Amino acid sequence: MSAAMRAAVVVFPGSNADQEMLRTLRLAGFDAVSVWHKDSSLPASTELVALPGGFSYGDYLRCGAICRASPILPAVRAHAARGGLVLGVCNGFQILTEVGMLPGALTRNAHLRFECSDVWLTPTGEGPFTRGLPKTLALPIAHAEGRYHADHDTLARLEGEGLVAFRYCDADGVPSEHGPNGSVRGIAGVYGGPSKNVLGLMPHPERRSEVLHGGADGKLLFDAAMRTLERGLAA
Amino acid sequence: MSRSAPLPFPGDPELSPAVWRQHKITPSEQETVLRVLGREPTFAELGVFSVMWSEHCSYKSSRVHLSRLPTTGPKVVQGPGENAGAVDIGDGFCAVFKMESHNHPSFIEPYQGAATGVGGILRDVFTMGARPIALLDSLRFGRPEHPRTPELLRGVVAGIGGYGNCIGVPTVGGEVVFDARYDGNILVNAFACGVCASDRIFYGRASGVGNSIIYVGARTGRDGIHGATMASDEFSASGPSQRPTVQVGDPFMEKLLLEACLEIFAADVLEGVQDMGAAGLTSSSVEMASRAGGGLRLDLDLVPRRAKKLTPYEILLSESQERMLMVAKPGKEAKVLEICKKWDLDVAVIGEVTGDGRWVVTATPGFDPLDDEQVTTSPVIVCDLPVAELTDSAPRYDRPRAPDPTLPARHAFDPASLPAPTDLSRELLELIGTPNVGSKRWVHRQYDSIVRGGTAAGPGVGDAAVVRAPCERDGVVIDKLLAFTSDGNGRFVELDPYTGGAMIIAEVCRNLVVTGAEPLGITDCLNFGNPENPVVMEQLARAIDGMAAACRALGVPIVSGNVSLYNDTDGRPILPTPTCAGVGQLGAIEDLVPSTFAGEGDVVVLLGDANAACLGGSEWLRHRTGDTTGDPPKLDLDAEARLQRLCLSLARGRLARSMHDVADGGLLVALAECSALRPDAPGARVSLELPADAHGRAARLFGEDPTRVVASVRPGELAAVREAARVEGVPLTVLGETGGARLVVTSGGAAIVDVTVAAIVEHRERALEPIVGAG
Repeated sequence: MSAAMRAAVVVFPGSNADQEMLRTLRLAGFDAVSVWHKDSSLPASTELVALPGGFSYGDYLRCGAICRASPILPAVRAHAARGGLVLGVCNGFQILTEVGMLPGALTRNAHLRFECSDVWLTPTGEGPFTRGLPKTLALPIAHAEGRYHADHDTLARLEGEGLVAFRYCDADGVPSEHGPNGSVRGIAGVYGGPSKNVLGLMPHPERRSEVLHGGADGKLLFDAAMRTLERGLAA
Repeated sequence: MSRSAPLPFPGDPELSPAVWRQHKITPSEQETVLRVLGREPTFAELGVFSVMWSEHCSYKSSRVHLSRLPTTGPKVVQGPGENAGAVDIGDGFCAVFKMESHNHPSFIEPYQGAATGVGGILRDVFTMGARPIALLDSLRFGRPEHPRTPELLRGVVAGIGGYGNCIGVPTVGGEVVFDARYDGNILVNAFACGVCASDRIFYGRASGVGNSIIYVGARTGRDGIHGATMASDEFSASGPSQRPTVQVGDPFMEKLLLEACLEIFAADVLEGVQDMGAAGLTSSSVEMASRAGGGLRLDLDLVPRRAKKLTPYEILLSESQERMLMVAKPGKEAKVLEICKKWDLDVAVIGEVTGDGRWVVTATPGFDPLDDEQVTTSPVIVCDLPVAELTDSAPRYDRPRAPDPTLPARHAFDPASLPAPTDLSRELLELIGTPNVGSKRWVHRQYDSIVRGGTAAGPGVGDAAVVRAPCERDGVVIDKLLAFTSDGNGRFVELDPYTGGAMIIAEVCRNLVVTGAEPLGITDCLNFGNPENPVVMEQLARAIDGMAAACRALGVPIVSGNVSLYNDTDGRPILPTPTCAGVGQLGAIEDLVPSTFAGEGDVVVLLGDANAACLGGSEWLRHRTGDTTGDPPKLDLDAEARLQRLCLSLARGRLARSMHDVADGGLLVALAECSALRPDAPGARVSLELPADAHGRAARLFGEDPTRVVASVRPGELAAVREAARVEGVPLTVLGETGGARLVVTSGGAAIVDVTVAAIVEHRERALEPIVGAG
């Protein structure tokens, strides 16, 4: 019964994309609740943890860096270690790389400005959030620090293990070299965790999920996650 | 009362005539101060009078004219006088909104000036208890080739984005205009709108004798001291840097403050709340006491601070950002403190409400909480002022007025004296590629216009932005769809202040109705030059009259606003720029009408006068002459009201596939934009009956007469649209048909304009390149 699938949206001080994350999770059939960063445990039977966009802790030090000391983090790590689904969007992706749950780092956009615009994405790694997605998705980005970096060995591992979840591309699905922000190999999203159960991506699927948004490609990710959970592929 | 009169604080300067002058208090205002007090003020009290009686806080030159604006109506929940205005949006909810200028600080320090402008207007809205859901920014810069324009544009846009993106309120629109008349005085007007339950609006009232006054948020530093007085000052090209008077913003702190405040409001533990904006602790506390008709007592020793050795004068006048003043209900202080702790905010009880009508401030000489030194002195009274006189005895001026003596010669300018335009395709592409007419995408993409996931129409794609606003009461959420737009064409106000003022209101409302939204209310930001200049005063007074007439004709009230005067450099005023932002409401997402053509084979029609041909004051004329000149268009308010009723009924009847207002650049630019504002919109082939002479054609194509809308309708629904137009008495002219990838305009069978949509898009998109470069 899909209505029982519980999703927890972690709210850090400075999170600002939690409302649309909650809304979209509910549209996809999740029982979505928010969790305060000072809590030390997730709600019972949480199946998916979402780290929303925003400027957690004001982006002081580095984007996402201070979350390392957040009281809720051990519970999120444990959930991921059990194979539970974790989705980090935008600042959530930055947090996942800062706390070491995903490899690589996100740095200042190549053109040094905040960028809010529509991009094309193509799924390039099979996993719980990308199964059954079309070849291209139109999604918005809104970030100043979305330039993905990783060292050579890490990139080789990501490519080799099919962990590059999404790349920026053109309307025909041809991957772009750097994307809108200068990302290495046009990487927009990365899988991690023991069973590709952790996904971080810079674009905002939760902001392109309804007729009102002018498109609903983003909801497909959440639908895919729901299908995964229903089939019991995740822990 | 056995209270002794306030005494000078150690280190206070003597109040010499020069000190009075530095505080911009005129000799006659000085007399009033002395009469009200019956004694010399202390230095701190002088500072208080200086800011409270500044133009910025007291509206002393504009108040007599502002009273003529219509501010009431069936939808008005809260008119001017509070932190923001509010209009009813149904089901017991209201939209709370205001626009405010941050012009002077933004010129001195563009990033921080613009950022704190956004922070300030957001506080005005959430202070009322409303969750902010949208921001607009109306910007004016100097001419594109002015050496400071690139730096100012970059800084202001980055500052707006830096604040709005971080706090997480979408910036969904606004305008950007360049004109040499803003070379020395840019305009940064920020608008915010929030939503709340109408019976849970919070007011800035310090009521209930004995209630605690609580300070929440950022600690007090020395930033922004005398910002309010600076805002009432002219610039000089050779003037000294005023950088220390610019505040520094921290959007993360404000995000915490916003969430904490909304949580405190929901707990129902407050009597009143007021943000500390211009003139900081002084203005907020005096206003709170004034609205409640009481007094209060503040102990400055208790004020959280981040700078050492602050004097009472500095604490009272600091404009440190992200601070709120709250009055708790009896016995509820603990709850306020608890919620602030949850959000890691500094909080302190710093005084209490009194009933004696006095504003009394104490401080201990030598005491500094940041210092370990033991202080043996006792607290002393540093201010003891009558609240009523501080606000009510503020000076009011009905300043002399005189018409602009340059106008007759400028009205007489004949566009036919210019070389005849021959290649109209080239004229179109050139005009649509100018910074004023072209795309502002370089700006908009730096704003997070989609945060919170409610944006249905963002910046740059239409006449108004549309945002879904979730309205919550006791856990039940009802979604509302609100539309936002801003306008403020200073060219027409300069050439005819009355009609120009009316045209701005008309355009704001037109932008809303063509989007499918019913206009609910307007907020204004009146940016003008030095009011001591009779020509400026005439512009201000007549523009207000024109705005008032248009508001009445269209049935839309002005519910909040602000006035920014002294926008002069070396005696030369800016273009008179009353910026107005309108809030409208859609019934359903299907009411939203795009500006761009929606598909192939639709009929393109013009609603309004098909023969309008007035080039006076147009962008085309400015582009050609470099000047704001010519006899400006007239506005028939009755025809405007009928057109707007028609547009709204077409939208609600789902009869319009697209509607776009004819504005900057005139009819030809409007047609081109219908194909270019959104990707994948089709071109069109239209036929106009134009005069044979080149100047006559230019006037028809580039004239900016108001009260015109380009619409597209399905062929099968043309008859119904015609009938609707006939009922409202609005002229309807079939212009042509949508389709293809070109815009072709014929007259008498010959193509006079033939351009590809791709060329239009390319020229539009490169419009800001001369200022900010490519990429």
